[in-house]
Amino acid sequence: MDLNYTPDEIAFRDEARAFVRAHLPPEIARKVIEHKRLGKADYVTWQQILHRKGWVAPHWPVEFGGTGWNPVQRHLFEEECAAAGAPPLIAFGLYMVGPVIIAFGDAAQKQRFLPRILASEDWWCQGYSEPGSGSDLASLKTRAERRGDHYVVNGQKTWTTLAQYADMMFCLVRTSSEGKKQEGISFLLIDMKSPGVTVRPIITLDGEHEVNEVWFEDVEVPVENLVGQEGRGWTYAKFLLSHERTNIAGVSRSKRELAYLKHVASKEHAGGRPLIENPRFRDKIARVEIDLMALEITDLRVLAADRQGKAPGPEASILKIKGTEIQQALTELMMEAVGPYALPDLPDAWGDHWLGEYVGPEYAAPLAARYFNYRKVSIYGGSNEIQRNIISQQILGL
Amino acid sequence: MDFDLTEEQQLLADSVAKFLDKNYSFATRQEIIASRGGYSPLAWEGLAGVGLLGAAIPDAYGGFGGGGVETSLVMEAFGRHLVVEPYLATAVMAARLIATAGTDEQKKYLLPSIADGSMRFACGFHEPGSRYDLGHVETTARQENGMWVLNGVKSVVMHGAVSDLLIVSARTSGKPGDPDGISLFFVNPGEEGVAGREYPTYDGNRAAELIMLNVTITPESLIGNVDKGLPLVELTADRAMAALCAEAVGCMDALNQATLEYLKTRQQFGVPIGRFQVLQHRMVDMLMHHEQAKSMALLAAVKVDSEDAVERRRAVSAAKELIGRSGRFIGQQAVQLHGGMGMTHELAVGHYVKRLAAIDTSFGDSDHQLDQFAAAESARPVERTQFEKPRSKWKQIA
Ligand SMILES: Cc1cc2nc3c(=O)[nH]c(=O)nc-3n(C[C@H](O)[C@H](O)[C@H](O)COP(=O)(O)OP(=O)(O)OC[C@H]3O[C@@H](n4cnc5c(N)ncnc54)[C@H](O)[C@@H]3O)c2cc1C
Repeated sequence: MDLNYTPDEIAFRDEARAFVRAHLPPEIARKVIEHKRLGKADYVTWQQILHRKGWVAPHWPVEFGGTGWNPVQRHLFEEECAAAGAPPLIAFGLYMVGPVIIAFGDAAQKQRFLPRILASEDWWCQGYSEPGSGSDLASLKTRAERRGDHYVVNGQKTWTTLAQYADMMFCLVRTSSEGKKQEGISFLLIDMKSPGVTVRPIITLDGEHEVNEVWFEDVEVPVENLVGQEGRGWTYAKFLLSHERTNIAGVSRSKRELAYLKHVASKEHAGGRPLIENPRFRDKIARVEIDLMALEITDLRVLAADRQGKAPGPEASILKIKGTEIQQALTELMMEAVGPYALPDLPDAWGDHWLGEYVGPEYAAPLAARYFNYRKVSIYGGSNEIQRNIISQQILGL
Repeated sequence: MDFDLTEEQQLLADSVAKFLDKNYSFATRQEIIASRGGYSPLAWEGLAGVGLLGAAIPDAYGGFGGGGVETSLVMEAFGRHLVVEPYLATAVMAARLIATAGTDEQKKYLLPSIADGSMRFACGFHEPGSRYDLGHVETTARQENGMWVLNGVKSVVMHGAVSDLLIVSARTSGKPGDPDGISLFFVNPGEEGVAGREYPTYDGNRAAELIMLNVTITPESLIGNVDKGLPLVELTADRAMAALCAEAVGCMDALNQATLEYLKTRQQFGVPIGRFQVLQHRMVDMLMHHEQAKSMALLAAVKVDSEDAVERRRAVSAAKELIGRSGRFIGQQAVQLHGGMGMTHELAVGHYVKRLAAIDTSFGDSDHQLDQFAAAESARPVERTQFEKPRSKWKQIA
């Protein structure tokens, strides 16, 4: 039992730290740390910096562009990125469809898509959920009919994150309505510029445009864009979910947010003293910090089991639930910390090129919107209720 | 003990419900928010027409002669309809303050103008550095040539920019934080030296930062006695909080209804999601929070008119503390149980959630109310006698 990093691991961390410090553009880091709005270019810029170094897909097999790092090294790298204020890597290409193509795609698909994912030349989006199929994903209805060398796709996806930027979608479609509902699902790669694809914005309660409806009307998709076998899409989707869990706990980002919360609480005053000295508030910060300390060790324990070759299992659900609860608590405390100055709603104030005056302190401007926005984390990626169902069925056998 | 409304009170409750059902749908409300002024002159006229603006104004001045209970009946209905009119500041805070502390002249001139809808008010009790401390007043008022000269900044003044008359607290002696030395004034927003910046708040209302630079006003602008304004400010804030508690109860009611309806109609896995026991229990918790909140809002509505300032403060702070917590729980769970739909700007759910969050922040969040409650508690002698004298001496059994 040793909870310290080895000298090798520390040397690795220092190397990662030095690289991130030297190459992360400070204006992007500032936006991330201060919760300003990030644009497509911010994400792509950072991913391309990592790509040039060969570090953009550490978890991929080396032959496809991975780094060959072990889980601890990956964890350390993520820590350094998050601490410095690097934008999160957009998961859809690098963490989701990439590994699926590597595992189940054919040679042509690998050649065609993987390099473009690594270079951030394609922005991918995830077409799973539908209006009638959220938690019960397997009930999805979007149809794909084979006609010669094409599939013809009709139906609707929803909640599609950042589809407005997307070049490609990986999409679960129904190719058969016979047998078990899971068995009629296929995994298609759809060019978002295909005729018949319509993207409509959904504005969320924080006033932002992050998700979309995507409609398909007789969209022709070449059969070579089918991943693996027809009717096996559900298996690939489940494989993908186990990969999505990489950094699902979000420990390193939450550590940065915790530090920022303390910063805000030291600037704010209540009763003539910094809020951070107010016992009631200080204790609330301390409690989240303790939860986060525990989660970090839990996360590392799961990682260690990973390293011993155990397949990622339902423990991921623990990481998801606890991780999102902590993220939400942090946004809640930050909003609370700024008191009445959480109220002004000036969405431009956290975008680019804002030259106006802030109402109250600058750091307060995005905090309420962020609190409302973060309600999503316990809903998406398998809601926290569904995660608890998984734990109760798969760990407890209930 | 009697929880029944009087006939007049029931009539009032019915007429406000009827008026809002007819004139203040969610769609109308969204249009009002998007309009230039952010309030509805038409609705205001209507509120005057059915007598609601005078609900808390003595009969002698053209009102209904009500108090805390009447106000809470109106506000609860406002909560259900997410009303964004400047009712609280005008018809509750200003009206009751004037009725309590105004001169005969002030009452005669101002109260009928509130009741008939011709005047709107805004109250500036908070300042950029005061957080929730009503006694932290840096704005000054000094006497010069028989006039008052005001200097200072008031923050997050709800509906400040659309008011016909402002009520502000200012320091006439002592230093920020002193309980003595605060006075209240009417300030005409058109007066030379008054400037402001209006902005939207995230709950669909508008607020303003108000700057006063050598604003010179007549001696008749004083409300109550010089230097003795703080108890009046606190009384007015307590009345506002009791009203906000009732509004919050209306919001919770609407959220619980919407969520229950959703649990019965939304299908996943072939059944209404309300069939999942975990969601049933969650909904039960939401119901219990609502019931507890209702009880406390009732208590606050009655006790806010108590002569005993300690009793008043205890009840109001207790209500607002509990309602802050229950509002947060209900708000968060309503979004959660609606899944992705709960995250949308389109559905009313998110708007209730935001209003509940804003209510928590107004006049002090749950933490602040805990402090207030505890402070009020320690201000009164505790009856300890039954604990202090043990009835019998300890007898050791050999
Ligand atoms: C901001 C955001 C971004 C998203 N991005 C994407 C994306 O890019 N691509 C994509 O495909 N999808 C995306 N989603 C969709 C997301 O995956 C779904 O919202 C999620 O799966 C829940 O589905 P639903 O919204 O239909 O809710 P429902 O499934 O209808 O659930 C409603 C409520 O019922 C509960 N519930 C459902 N079933 C059970 C059960 N068996 N037991 C107990 N409770 C249950 C849920 O937990 C929830 O509280 C996104 C969602 C959001 C909010």
